[in-house]
Amino acid sequence: MTSTETLSGADIVLRALRDQGVDVIFGYPGGAVLPIYDALFQQTAIRHILVRHEQAAVHAAEGYARSTGKVGVVLVTSGPGATNAVTGLVDALMDSIPLVCLTGQVPTHLIGNDAFQEADTTGITRPATKHNYLVREVNALGRILHEAFYVARSGRPGPVVVDLPKDVLISRGVYHGVPTTPHRSYRPVVDPDPQAIAHAARLLKHAKRPIVYAGGGLINSGPEASRLLTEFVRLTGFPCTNTLMGLGSFPASDPQFLGMLGMHGTYEANLAMHGCDVMLNIGARFDDRVTGRLRDFSPNSLKIHADIDPSSINKNVRVDCAIVGDATRVLSALIAAWKADPAKPDAGALAAWWKQIDLWRSRECLRYRQDPRSGAVIKPQHAVKRLYEIVRETGRDVFVTTEVGQHQMWAAQFWKFDRPNRWLTSGGLGTMGYGLPAAMGAQIAHPDALVIDIAGEASILMNIQEMSTLAQYRLPVKVFILNNEYMGMVRQWQELLHGGRYSESYSAALPDFVKLAESFHAVGLRAKTLGDLDDVIREMLAVNRPVIADICVDKHENCFPMIPSGAAHNEMILGPEDEAPPGTAQPGVTEEGMVLV
Amino acid sequence: MLKAVGPIHDTSTRQAVLAVLVENEPGVLARVIGLFSGRGYNIDSLTVAPVDEEKQLSRITIVTSGTAMVIEQIKAQLDRLVPVHKVADLTVEGPHIARELALIKVAGTGDRRVEALRIADAFRARVVDATTESFVFEMTGATDKLDAFVALMRPLGLVEVSRTGIVAIARGPKGIDG
Repeated sequence: MTSTETLSGADIVLRALRDQGVDVIFGYPGGAVLPIYDALFQQTAIRHILVRHEQAAVHAAEGYARSTGKVGVVLVTSGPGATNAVTGLVDALMDSIPLVCLTGQVPTHLIGNDAFQEADTTGITRPATKHNYLVREVNALGRILHEAFYVARSGRPGPVVVDLPKDVLISRGVYHGVPTTPHRSYRPVVDPDPQAIAHAARLLKHAKRPIVYAGGGLINSGPEASRLLTEFVRLTGFPCTNTLMGLGSFPASDPQFLGMLGMHGTYEANLAMHGCDVMLNIGARFDDRVTGRLRDFSPNSLKIHADIDPSSINKNVRVDCAIVGDATRVLSALIAAWKADPAKPDAGALAAWWKQIDLWRSRECLRYRQDPRSGAVIKPQHAVKRLYEIVRETGRDVFVTTEVGQHQMWAAQFWKFDRPNRWLTSGGLGTMGYGLPAAMGAQIAHPDALVIDIAGEASILMNIQEMSTLAQYRLPVKVFILNNEYMGMVRQWQELLHGGRYSESYSAALPDFVKLAESFHAVGLRAKTLGDLDDVIREMLAVNRPVIADICVDKHENCFPMIPSGAAHNEMILGPEDEAPPGTAQPGVTEEGMVLV
Repeated sequence: MLKAVGPIHDTSTRQAVLAVLVENEPGVLARVIGLFSGRGYNIDSLTVAPVDEEKQLSRITIVTSGTAMVIEQIKAQLDRLVPVHKVADLTVEGPHIARELALIKVAGTGDRRVEALRIADAFRARVVDATTESFVFEMTGATDKLDAFVALMRPLGLVEVSRTGIVAIARGPKGIDG
């Protein structure tokens, strides 16, 4: 194309998407974006997935992005289209998911006039995005779109909004392709400082009670980062724990894996964090769900923190060695430095540390008691465990999404992820209604894979309309509802913190999920007692259609272990099945902790 | 082996003068201000103006206060905003000059008027507007000098004050981008 040839703004949008390698977008039409929908209609290179609510479009794009490592793309209209997308944008911001969200806008001459379906989208989404743009001029459109993709995927990834006034989409202008020069101001550091790496390697070599704590940054860095993490952990013989966002970056089946850490993490992971002398944090951000009470967080350790976002370092926890860089490059540099350093690690100390960890492991903190009789009430943990075991028998590649609440924590505890990008959950924002649309996005990206949304009966209703999208595109997503007829995590907190006053947490007037599935052209299944469970799971997996499996589980089961709000790692509450050594007191919730969420 | 740094934070606060070089584009000031309000940081003063037409750059001077950890956070948070080119903490990166401009209106007659003019002269304030019963003084200087002058004008018929907030620059030959 010569530089004088002009295209309509809408054609420039599609051209830029194609040049960015986009083959699928998630959206919902409306007045302000009609020119783009018209252009979409006249081409086949980009597939448009019509959702039923704009929030779901963003979560679907998140599911697509998280499961592929690519940038997810959303297209919504002005006003309510954009405001409905906001929850998804903040979700992606908190979990560092790369997205480009195109929003329609009223024509430039009407901006600020309170026009029909006008909202100050760039104003509203400024704190909801990594960056946003209002395109005022068609000739700037190509440049801005390519910049949006660059910003979304570079450094710490995140969502970027490009607001497109309708007149800009209709008028004709010159398309500017992918720029070849570096960005003027945004150039995140990806290569770690060799001195910081050498310092970290030295600290790690002298560790007596080390731990590796890896988070979502490993997933964002690409599968090579997970491979290098595994190599590094095996090379050193250190124990490794993952954050909720980092699950899958280290194989859960590996004996060096301690499980997830944090509020509902394992006893061994949290006590190892508390008792370690050198901590290596890669791609995690010392989130409050992970640290518990800050002043008692891992009180006697030297802390090494590697992160691509310098603002994550020394934000909550003061660290001794800061490494700014991409996780893949950090790990390959650390491995090289470890091998180059002639010092021998203290094998005796490490063996003693593992002995201590094995003692903590022997508490079997995830233990639950399932009555084995066929007519028994199903324990939610058992439902997840059986689902995992039966899926594993099939040998299929599986992507697991979740909603938010108890079921999410049980899924994180009982599903053993051995590969990255297979676990899609709303960690930072904790968005109920995330799982179904995210599963949709993952299924679009991986049509032959098994995609399961482990859900709760309350969360699933927040984006249940997307069952219609599953039907339209024949997406065989499996919705596995742990139905306890309560907003379970709310109920659990009310039991533990608010005197058992279950204020508004009962899921009254629930739909019949089997009939609901059928009305959405899906298959509905129900397991009422333990005797039904395996059959329902097997049938769900056998059907090549969308399925809702309504698993009726114990209504009063709580999620343990639990670090109560405002408590430290060594003050975990274990479940009723725990056989605590005599004399150990179970800590309660302090008043200080009550104010925390 | 290094000594472990405890998680108990240093709670003493200090003031920091930050110079921020940004793209001169719509919304950039809103991003900076939104960052401060959204994360609960203090703004003691803030000034902004374009400084390089050709490169389309503006310079924001922010005076803020907080613990060392908070100020480090503010710098890192500002630095990751897409249109931010450079963040410099002038308070720690060597000596710097900080100045403020104020317009001060004083109304009065007789002895009070003479006294106001006499003090203004001593402070090297300029008279930029005068009527038979009022003056507007223009004064440039360090914040505490302006504070002292305003305090002296108060009993002499101070009507109103307009101040720019601090602009600042490092001493010596090096520029912010150097």
